[in-house]
Amino acid sequence: MINPSQKLNPKIFDADVEQVPIRKGFGEGLLQAGINDTRVVGLCADLTDSTQMNLFKQRFPDRFIEMGVAEQNLASVASGMAAMGKIPFITSYAMFSPGRNWEQIRTTIAYNDRPVKIAGSHAGISVGQDGGTHQALEDIAITRVIPRMVVISPCDAIEAKKATIACAMTKDPTYIRLAREKTPIITTDATPFVIGKAQLMFSPGDASKTPDKKTEVGIIATGALVFKAIKVAQALEQLGKAVKVLNITTIKPLDEEAVWKLAQECGAIVTVEEHQIAGGLGGAVAECLAQHCPVPIEFVGVADKFGQSGTPNELIEHYGMGESHIKAAVMKVLLRKK
Amino acid sequence: MALTDEKIKDLEGKALDIRRSIIEMLIEAKTGHTAGPLDMTDIFTYLYFIALKHDPKKPDWQYRDRVVLSNGHICPVLYATMAHSGYFPVSELKTLRKFGSRLQGHPHREWLPMLETSSGPLGSGLSQAVGMAIAERIDTGRTGSKQMYCFLGDGELDEGQNWEAIMLAGRERLGNLTVVVDRNNIQIDGFTEDIMPLNPLPDKWRAFNWHVQEVDGHNFRAIDEAFGQARAVSDRPSVIIAYTIPGKGVPEFEGKFEWHGKAPTTPEEIEQVKRALWNVRTLGGKIQSENESA
Repeated sequence: MINPSQKLNPKIFDADVEQVPIRKGFGEGLLQAGINDTRVVGLCADLTDSTQMNLFKQRFPDRFIEMGVAEQNLASVASGMAAMGKIPFITSYAMFSPGRNWEQIRTTIAYNDRPVKIAGSHAGISVGQDGGTHQALEDIAITRVIPRMVVISPCDAIEAKKATIACAMTKDPTYIRLAREKTPIITTDATPFVIGKAQLMFSPGDASKTPDKKTEVGIIATGALVFKAIKVAQALEQLGKAVKVLNITTIKPLDEEAVWKLAQECGAIVTVEEHQIAGGLGGAVAECLAQHCPVPIEFVGVADKFGQSGTPNELIEHYGMGESHIKAAVMKVLLRKK
Repeated sequence: MALTDEKIKDLEGKALDIRRSIIEMLIEAKTGHTAGPLDMTDIFTYLYFIALKHDPKKPDWQYRDRVVLSNGHICPVLYATMAHSGYFPVSELKTLRKFGSRLQGHPHREWLPMLETSSGPLGSGLSQAVGMAIAERIDTGRTGSKQMYCFLGDGELDEGQNWEAIMLAGRERLGNLTVVVDRNNIQIDGFTEDIMPLNPLPDKWRAFNWHVQEVDGHNFRAIDEAFGQARAVSDRPSVIIAYTIPGKGVPEFEGKFEWHGKAPTTPEEIEQVKRALWNVRTLGGKIQSENESA
C-alpha cells in the first residue's frame, strides 16, 4: 500500500490521475526561489519557454540573461556570476547542459566550488519524437562523478518545485534532471522533501493479500518512472508478492542507509530509471550495496543503446522500461535470491 | 596622469625581480611553462603595482577589481607578481607544483583562496569574467566601480568558447571588462599563424563590437596609456592586444615556441637565464619589442 507517512496523491491509482510535465515544477520553483532570494539569477541557452524559465524571466527581467545557443559560455558565465555572490540557475536540454559543457561544469563550477544550479530539461528517452540526439541518457552518470556535485532527479512536478526551491538555498553545485513529458502527480504539497533523503513510497501493507510475508523485493526508482514502479508494486501485491518502492530523488549524495537497509530487509533489489544502466541510479545503488550489503540486483534502464524517434510510450516499451519490464525484473531477481 | 621616468625605472626593477622569481620557481619545480610568464611580466607588474584596485593584505576586500587568468599555465607570473605585491611570502614561490603546495601547477582557488578563479583548461576564463561583469552591473548599474581584468593567451583563442563570450560581452556592452591578449604568436605545437591563423586579430574583435587597442607589451608607457583608455571606454568592453616576445629577457629563449611548455633544467639552460637576468640591474632598454610601432 501507499506509505501514508509520505502523504502521497490519493488519486495516484485513478485512471485520470493528474499529469504535469516535471519541468513545469522547476519553472514554478525557480520563480519562488527568485522571490525568496534576490541573489537568484537565471541564464538560458535559447530554450527559455521549453525549459520553463519564462516564468522567472517575466517576473525578473533584470535578473535573466539570454545566452543564445552557447552552452559552454552558459556554464562559465554562471560561474563568474556566482563568484560575485549570485545564485545562478542555468537551463538547456540535458543533452547540451550538462552534455556538451561537461568540462566547463567540472572546472569552472565544481572545481571552483561555485553554487551554480544546472537544470537539464528533456532528459531521458521520453523526449520522444526529437530522436536519439536529444535524448539524454548519460547525464546522471556524467554529473555524479564530479566531486561536490549534487544530483537530483525529481519524480513529479511537485517534487521538482520543492527540489528547485531547496537547492537554491544550498552552497552546492547541483544538477537537476527534468523530464519533458507529462508525468503523473505522485506527491502532494504535504509530502516531505529533503535533499539527500530517500522516500519509501510503497510498502506491502495489506495483510490479507500478503499474509505473514516479509518484503521480498525492494524497487529503487528515480524520476518519472517512480510512478510505474509504484503501479507494479501495487499489481504485485494483488498477486501476493510483497514489494517496497523507494524513491531516490537525490542520486548524489545517495541516501546509503535507506538503500542498504532496504537491501538487508528484502535481500533483492531492482533499480528503475530512464537512463543508461551504466553509471546511473543502478550504478550508484550497486556501488553502495557491493560495499555494504551485497544482494542480487536487476537493472531496469537503457542497455547501452542510443534512442530513436517515437512516442514516449513506444520508446519506454521498446527500450525495456515499461511496467511489464519492471515486473519481469522483480520476478527474475526473486529467482536469484538465495 | 602619465608615468614618470622614475616610476618606469621602478617598474622595470620590479619586473626584473619578478622575472628572476619566475625563473627560480621553474628551476626548482623542473617543470612548468617559461615563455608566457616571462613575456607577460611587464603587464602583470604594471597591473598589480599601478592599475589594479586591490589590497594584498585583504584579498577578499569586496570592492577590489577582479583578475581572471584564463591561460592558467602562465601562473608563475601571477604567483610571482602576487608574492612581490605582498599577498604571500616570496619564499613560498619555490613550492610551485610541489605536493601540498598552495601554488598548484595550474591555479586552484581551493588551495589559494585569494585567486578569483581556478584555471588551466583553456577558453573558459573570459566567460567567467563576463559573468562577473554582468553580476556587477546587476548590482550597481553601469557605473559600477569594479574593473574585471581577464588574461588570455593568443593560442587560447582557438577555443570556440572564447568567441561565445566575446559575442555576449559585445552585446551586453560591458564597459567594466578589460581583456589582455598575450599576442606572443606561439602555442605548444608551433607559431599561431602556422597552427591556426588568428590574423587579422584586431578586426575580429572589432567585428564583435569591442574597443580594440594594440600595444607593445614591454613598454610601460604604452601599457599605461592602453589601460587608461580601456578604463575610459564605458560603452563597450575593451581588449588590449599586447604584442610580446615569448621568453622575454632570456635571449636564448626569446621567440622560440619550444619554450612554451617547459622549464629550464640543464646546466646550460640555467646558465643562460642566470647570465641574462642576474647580470643586469633592469631589462630597461633591452626589452623594447620590435612591435613597438604597432
